[in-house]
Amino acid sequence: MALQAIAFYLMAAVTLASALAVVSAKNPVHSVLFLIAAFFSAAGLFVLLGAEFLAMLLVVVYVGAVAVLFLFVVMMLDVDFAQLRQGFVQYMPLGGLIAGGLAIEMIIVSTTVATKGAARLNDTPMAMGKDPTAGMSNIEAIGRVLYTHYVYFFQAAGMVLLVAMIGAIVLTLRHKPGVKRQIIMDQVLRTPKTGMRMVSPKPGEGIDA
Amino acid sequence: MTFWTTPIGWTLLTVGQILLVTVVLLLTVAFLIYGDRKIFAGVQMRKGPNVVGPFGLLQSFADLGKFLIKELVVPAGADKFVFLLAPLISVTLALGSWAAMPLAPGWVISNINVGILYLFAVSSMGVYGIIMGGWASNSKYPFLGALRSAAQMVSYEVSIGFVIITVVLLSGSLNLTTITEKQAGGFWNWNIFGGAGLHNLPLAIVMIPMGVIFFISGLAETNRPPFDLPEAESELVAGYAIEYGSTPYMLFYLAETANIILMSGLMAILFLGGWQAPFPTAGLTAHWPLTLISLFGLFWLVLKTFFVFFMNAMVRAVVPRYRYDQLMRLGWKVFLPTSLVAVALVAGWRVYAPVIG
Repeated sequence: MALQAIAFYLMAAVTLASALAVVSAKNPVHSVLFLIAAFFSAAGLFVLLGAEFLAMLLVVVYVGAVAVLFLFVVMMLDVDFAQLRQGFVQYMPLGGLIAGGLAIEMIIVSTTVATKGAARLNDTPMAMGKDPTAGMSNIEAIGRVLYTHYVYFFQAAGMVLLVAMIGAIVLTLRHKPGVKRQIIMDQVLRTPKTGMRMVSPKPGEGIDA
Repeated sequence: MTFWTTPIGWTLLTVGQILLVTVVLLLTVAFLIYGDRKIFAGVQMRKGPNVVGPFGLLQSFADLGKFLIKELVVPAGADKFVFLLAPLISVTLALGSWAAMPLAPGWVISNINVGILYLFAVSSMGVYGIIMGGWASNSKYPFLGALRSAAQMVSYEVSIGFVIITVVLLSGSLNLTTITEKQAGGFWNWNIFGGAGLHNLPLAIVMIPMGVIFFISGLAETNRPPFDLPEAESELVAGYAIEYGSTPYMLFYLAETANIILMSGLMAILFLGGWQAPFPTAGLTAHWPLTLISLFGLFWLVLKTFFVFFMNAMVRAVVPRYRYDQLMRLGWKVFLPTSLVAVALVAGWRVYAPVIG
């Protein structure tokens, strides 16, 4: 247990320190890199909790895809640091309010969990008497509830994401007239017969195209 | 055996295993770089490296010595910390992903339940080494190379993910050891032929293209030709690696090769049965000691990995480089829909086909 405690405090400290560095770093690219470090150590905390599936998903989705695109955009931005600093005081009260609200929620949740215990699978309506997840890996347990009791919510979340994606495409799609596009099929179907024309020009004359 | 189960003994044992795998892996990388160059040379009717050692076998070690004694140059405008961190991240991730690889029966450093997701996660993080290196160089060509690389790797990860899902659907597990064990008993049980002998043979129509897609996406994921756009020397000089020299460059190169071997090994495990022999071995190995069985398994995994690597090297030598829009078209318009349909087909087969015996 001592080993786990050491690992927990180490990763929690790294998470907090990098989260602090995200907002305090001068260079926005450094901020994103610290954000990645925070994600990664949060994934480590998930592993400590025994939720290895969630940890891997966190790394795949947030670190592997979302943060790459983040970094992609931030690197191409030309950020004026002086202007950024100016806004700091202006947005301080609002930011503080949101952070305070989140902190209070977190405290309420963690005190509830500490006193009453976390909501277990057998508190859900799909529970069949005893703990149905006994002897299951947590991937299987998540799958069991996600695709049975919560399937509508799961599908609805998927629909929301799909609509958001289509919305983004519709907003940014432009059809420029007169763009020459490569049509692979035409190129593949090209044969010597269709792609070549035999002409025999007389000396001193050109060929009319 | 009680000592090895105490925390200290366990730590020593694990560190020993990690060291062993790392050393063997680094030696493999050295000789596979040599093999890659020899294959490349053979295709072009050259001799390839043939000076250092017998048949040039020690060429990679001579290169290592050269890289180590060169001066480390950090460009003036570079972000020094990120510049030096990038190759370290690359090589750490490339070596770290080997922790979950089942090398032989019972030979795996960490037999985790989400092994394949772990490998997927680590290989998707590999892009950070390149993108950080390209940005920190504070130069135009490296930056363009880094952007290309980020877009390319994110695109092809999607199709790799779907191909992995088809394999997971066949095996019913995310554990790489379980995936390998399910393919026991001969090559007709390998996932590339549908995973369960004659019963699943119709699925071969789906799984063979999936194997091809995985192989090609693996090329793109490791920035190998014909997808080496991030370092296309005719357009970007050397892409993200221009400003690097000496040891950091060597680390990038090492990470790239280790990743190629990883992708080859993953192809072998997911589709070609991992450490399973291509014929039934139950009768043959019944009275063998455990170590011999493990070595026998290791032999097959190494053979399959080298076979995939050989194909990789041949593709590099034979196929011309893609243009960037063709690369994106292939990833998003061909591989993504194909693998998505394949996921639906395999899932449908698993639900509606009679249960496997």
